[in-house]
Amino acid sequence: MNKIFAVAGVVIKELYRRKDFYVLFVLTAVLTLAAGAVNFFHDEKIIRYVKDLCLLLIWVSALLVAIITTARQIPAEREARTIFPLLAKPVSRAQVIAGKFLGCWLATGVALFIFYFFFAIITGSREHIWPVGVYLEAAWMQWAMLAIVIAMVLLGSIYFAAPSSTNVISFIVVAGILLVGGHLNAIALSQPEPMQTVLAWVYFVIPHLEWYDLRDFVVYDLGTVPARAVALATLYAAVWTGIFLLLAWFGFRRKNLTT
Amino acid sequence: MNVILKTEKLRVEYRNRDFRQQSKVALVGLDLEVHAGEIFGFLGPNGAGKTTTMNVLLGFVPPTSGAASLFGIDVRQPIARQRIGYLPELTYYYKFLTAEELLRFYAKIFGLTRAETDKRIAQLLKLVELEHAAKRPIKGYSKGMQQRVGIAQSLINNPDLLILDEPTSGLDPLGRMKVREIIQRLKDEGKTVFFSSHELGEVEAICDHVAIVHEGQLKATGTVAEISAGHTNLEQSFLKIVGYQTTLVP
Ligand SMILES: Nc1ncnc2c1ncn2[C@@H]1O[C@H](COP(=O)(O)OP(=O)(O)O)[C@@H](O)[C@H]1O
Ligand SMILES: [Mg+2]
Repeated sequence: MNKIFAVAGVVIKELYRRKDFYVLFVLTAVLTLAAGAVNFFHDEKIIRYVKDLCLLLIWVSALLVAIITTARQIPAEREARTIFPLLAKPVSRAQVIAGKFLGCWLATGVALFIFYFFFAIITGSREHIWPVGVYLEAAWMQWAMLAIVIAMVLLGSIYFAAPSSTNVISFIVVAGILLVGGHLNAIALSQPEPMQTVLAWVYFVIPHLEWYDLRDFVVYDLGTVPARAVALATLYAAVWTGIFLLLAWFGFRRKNLTT
Repeated sequence: MNVILKTEKLRVEYRNRDFRQQSKVALVGLDLEVHAGEIFGFLGPNGAGKTTTMNVLLGFVPPTSGAASLFGIDVRQPIARQRIGYLPELTYYYKFLTAEELLRFYAKIFGLTRAETDKRIAQLLKLVELEHAAKRPIKGYSKGMQQRVGIAQSLINNPDLLILDEPTSGLDPLGRMKVREIIQRLKDEGKTVFFSSHELGEVEAICDHVAIVHEGQLKATGTVAEISAGHTNLEQSFLKIVGYQTTLVP
């Protein structure tokens, strides 16, 4: 376990010493603050609209951080050849995969909770409401979803050599699931036969990232989701994360790494 | 004496990505034994299979067939590498870490305690003369300094077996001298060093045992004296063994 944490520690150190990460991070924070600072709110509708926009920004930004950071981990180790002195030590490839996952997930989590913190400050100071429970739940669910995404990207990065292809493919898949994944079963019903079964199957076998989107609960201040639902969703995320990590390990385990 | 590094009928085929091309056989049933306390030179012309052998020992490449072990543990188990140090031919380390952070990271992988780590890092930074730069990121280091970081990391766990892939080909004269001194010191401490090289003069000067590989096969193994017997020096017998024939007309 210490070995996994050691690998994760290096991921996090690299991230906070890189400039591109700061750029994205600061940009999101500033935009959130700026949106909140605009002073024409007494109109419910506009307030909601701005809140919605801020949350969308947080979603896109967190996804970008997660995907870009994760996609380059293993390829960068191979390209810079740092993987060799590492694997020459008593560490298994499974531990390396687990460490990379943990590092990316923790780093993304820190970024995410800071984003939500800003968001809470802004809306709190404007509207004088502090639904901390709703925020925590929304952030937690989003973080759980990001675990699935990070594990999936890690898997992709083992099969596609170039981080750029992993980035593009991951982004398309994630956006696709978020936008249409939840409607596939409905779409299926309106299709003619072979297509109907195919779409229904696709609906059943994809990880449903869109379930983790609690933005409407925050925007419309709908209160918290039952804890049981959150627990189930967390379990579901853990299972998918485990599956992707297992597949990633399986691909990495038998790779020839030649010096 | 204890065998601490062993390969048995080791065969490695590099499968080609392009399925129309044949796979490349790099090792053809290599049998090798290195005993505790030896300074063992692993010799062979370019392409003989030296790096491939090391890649198997370090777990980078799985053997196609046959077996390899370190301290009696199959190399497919990471724990086989608990007591070894490895210096790659070319050294590249996480550039955003400082030398001290890098060493601390590797110490964690070896499971050293905090106190051991602190002590070891202080010793090693002194050994490779990097105390003054220890808190600067590696990306600002000169090439020679980066090589010395490499030497330090290979010794972080106080290894009983040091594996070096052509240690002198990538190093500047200072680094080279350092490596020689370290090899001599490890020898005095009764440790084992396994290194590949094709610089025979150097091998003759520091090794006690050698093995010669050629085209993926072991051609000869023994003490330097045994191998050179009947020839003017190690180089002459090496050339004979790998089948070199002069094309100059006398
Ligand atoms: N990744 C690889 N793919 C295909 N063939 C390889 C690969 N690495 C090495 N080889 C081949 O295997 C043989 C042995 O190479 P190597 O072990 O690097 O030799 P040495 O280190 O003794 O110079 C050579 O013929 C080399 O071309
Ligand atoms: Mg070589």
